[in-house]
Amino acid sequence: MTDAHTSGPFIAAIDQGTTSSRCIVFDKDGRIVSVDQKEHEQIFPKPGWVEHDAAEIWTNVQEVVAGALAKAEITAADVKAIGITNQRETTLLWDKNTGEPVHNALVWQDTRTDALCKELGRNVGQDRFRRETGLPLASYFSGPKVRWLLDNVEGLRERAERGDILFGTMDSWVIWNLTGGVDGGHHVTDVTNASRTMLMNLHTMAWDEKILQSMEIPAAVLPEIRSSAEVYGTVKGGVLDGVPVASALGDQQAALFGQTCFAEGEAKSTYGTGTFMLMNTGDKIINSYSGLLTTVGYQIGDAKPVYALEGSIAVTGSLVQWMRDQMGLIKSAAEIETLASSVEDNGGAYFVPAFSGLFAPYWRSDARGVIAGLTRYVTKAHIARAVLEATAWQTREITDAMTKDSGVELTALKVDGGMTSNNLLMQTLSDFLDAPVVRPMVAETTCLGAAYAAGLAVGFWPDTDALRANWRRAAEWTPRMDADKRDREYKSWLKAVERSMGWLDDASEE
Amino acid sequence: MAKNIQSLERAAAMLRLLAGGERRLGLSDIASSLGLAKGTAHGILRTLQAEGFVEQDAPSGRYQLGAELLRLGNSYLDVHELRARALVWTDDLARSSGESVHLGVLHQRGVLIVHHVFRPDDSRQVLEVGAMQPLHSTALGKVLSAYDPVAHSEVVEVERESFTPRTTTDLGDFEALLDMTRARGWAADVEETWEGVASVAAPIHDRRRMPVGAVAVTGAVERVCPGGELRPELVAAVRDCARAVSRDLGPAASDRPGAAPTTLRTTPYGSPYSGTEPAGNDRVIGGFFTPRPLTRC
Repeated sequence: MTDAHTSGPFIAAIDQGTTSSRCIVFDKDGRIVSVDQKEHEQIFPKPGWVEHDAAEIWTNVQEVVAGALAKAEITAADVKAIGITNQRETTLLWDKNTGEPVHNALVWQDTRTDALCKELGRNVGQDRFRRETGLPLASYFSGPKVRWLLDNVEGLRERAERGDILFGTMDSWVIWNLTGGVDGGHHVTDVTNASRTMLMNLHTMAWDEKILQSMEIPAAVLPEIRSSAEVYGTVKGGVLDGVPVASALGDQQAALFGQTCFAEGEAKSTYGTGTFMLMNTGDKIINSYSGLLTTVGYQIGDAKPVYALEGSIAVTGSLVQWMRDQMGLIKSAAEIETLASSVEDNGGAYFVPAFSGLFAPYWRSDARGVIAGLTRYVTKAHIARAVLEATAWQTREITDAMTKDSGVELTALKVDGGMTSNNLLMQTLSDFLDAPVVRPMVAETTCLGAAYAAGLAVGFWPDTDALRANWRRAAEWTPRMDADKRDREYKSWLKAVERSMGWLDDASEE
Repeated sequence: MAKNIQSLERAAAMLRLLAGGERRLGLSDIASSLGLAKGTAHGILRTLQAEGFVEQDAPSGRYQLGAELLRLGNSYLDVHELRARALVWTDDLARSSGESVHLGVLHQRGVLIVHHVFRPDDSRQVLEVGAMQPLHSTALGKVLSAYDPVAHSEVVEVERESFTPRTTTDLGDFEALLDMTRARGWAADVEETWEGVASVAAPIHDRRRMPVGAVAVTGAVERVCPGGELRPELVAAVRDCARAVSRDLGPAASDRPGAAPTTLRTTPYGSPYSGTEPAGNDRVIGGFFTPRPLTRC
């Protein structure tokens, strides 16, 4: 047995997430040695506005790092490197002389820049910067958030132009503080986080001067763009004093890395409240004509960057929550499987959960949810089945879009996230995709990805092959569905999707 | 026909009285409604209170229905809930033992496999969720038969088929095996179901010590049982895992907000679909959820 007390040395990873900050210590096999976690406050100043107190987050990060080391009963001497993964796009500006944030961080979910994004689109629209950045003008991304802060915090623009203000996503904030803060902290970001700012040019991997001009953002605030796996500096002070800070990756990219999707065409999908799917497209920057995002997957040191296509589904686990909390048809989320398993099929019912419009690949804000195909025969169990099928069909639509854009067929889908405990959903997914669905043994793929990248940077692991060797299959579902049946049902699903569109007469109507 | 037990009839009448709407009643109201002496009524109420079927409101001294009644109607543990709660622990057991892990529950005179984690090598394996295993010869089945009275009554009635020369079929011998299982807290199957295969299992209990399932490690007999001896660290790992899953089964198998205070904080995953959604902002993608174990197996 390799168990009991795993011996060092170790790699630590910090996951600065949307609801909490965590630190996990991993051993050489990629097994979890200890975990510590602390939630932070979600600040909602107005409907649609979401903020975080960055000072609170930095305090929590220090606490969870100390906590995880204490639980593992190790010291800085046992830790070869620390890696960072983080909520993406969340935007912070701080004073480089005092180290104090000038405003709460604007969280990715915050929609205050909606109008600004429309304005920035000018006569071109949402896709004005897509060719350079791979992203549509939407409120999630950092650039417009920086602009909003510069416009709305008094005197900030002057201070920024004088060179007193630093911008960063949460990776930059954590690394700057870890490496000394006002006392010589390194102001850096990695290519994956930079690719979500809407300010980086995917082709040059540098800040795009034209976009900076359009958004009126002074270059002086920007961090240096570095690879995802290299030593940015060493920790100054605290329990990790002297340990190299050696990786940074946005959370979804970290999960791609943790799932060891290192080859072109490999993809992972994380099933939670919503779902995020990323596919490795190798060294190709693929412009999406199907509503996907083009983003950086990762870059290891001096190696060429690896690109990815990303598709997100707004409503997956949250539809199960809706069945529980709003409909009261189940008592717990896991019970959806019990109810759905009590029937053989969906009884002809299809559930399109377009609660806030349709996302990739349709992007129709005038759509609203529908349950189609109802007859007297349909029971709540059929609806439960339709709920699970909705997640599987939406995944199929994203994979179809990825195949269309990239020309690469999906050979297998690696999954993680809470919904992977739903056996019926995983089987349905495999049936609808007509591809194997594989769950890895370590569910903590996000932290693991950051640890892997940091470990590569300091030679703790020699290469990506060694990481692949660590990957363990916990379960695999293989397709069992007849092709004719799949095609027929997919057609019915697409018909149901069509019926959800155009419900709102005016897309701006709420 | 035998006469019914009077005190039970009176207790039932009291529960019906208290169930008549959202109300609390004082001792004298209850006694007079049922035509009982106060002392008699008080004795019955005290017993019901001790069992948790009735609660007394401290400031007013009035009585109301207790939480235990709700649990009685709700105590069925969903097997999918069991799997969701067991996921991280069983992954870790497979990883540390290097063998495959199964989670089984009693179902129609056999063991239904509700969760299966592959052996962590790169070999081709098939998911066995939904398969049935015999009660009398497998480690999972023996554990269930030893701890669950329903499983026990099933296994003594069925024909105990001999799968290998090592299968125990005689009832007396089998009962002795179950006694031993209860005494040491785990069971084994060394080539009693399949030639060349050995496994070790331990029971999973809910908060009220009710047996709800069993977890087992299964592998080639020469690895699980080298030199004819079960590896003690393997037995310890299986029992640790079963204890961890048991600990994570809340008092009520419900993660619905507002239901009995369940154990979101102590479960490895929390609710599988929980996530924080910003208020008044339903058009965002998510606050998606990644599983987060807080402690390890």
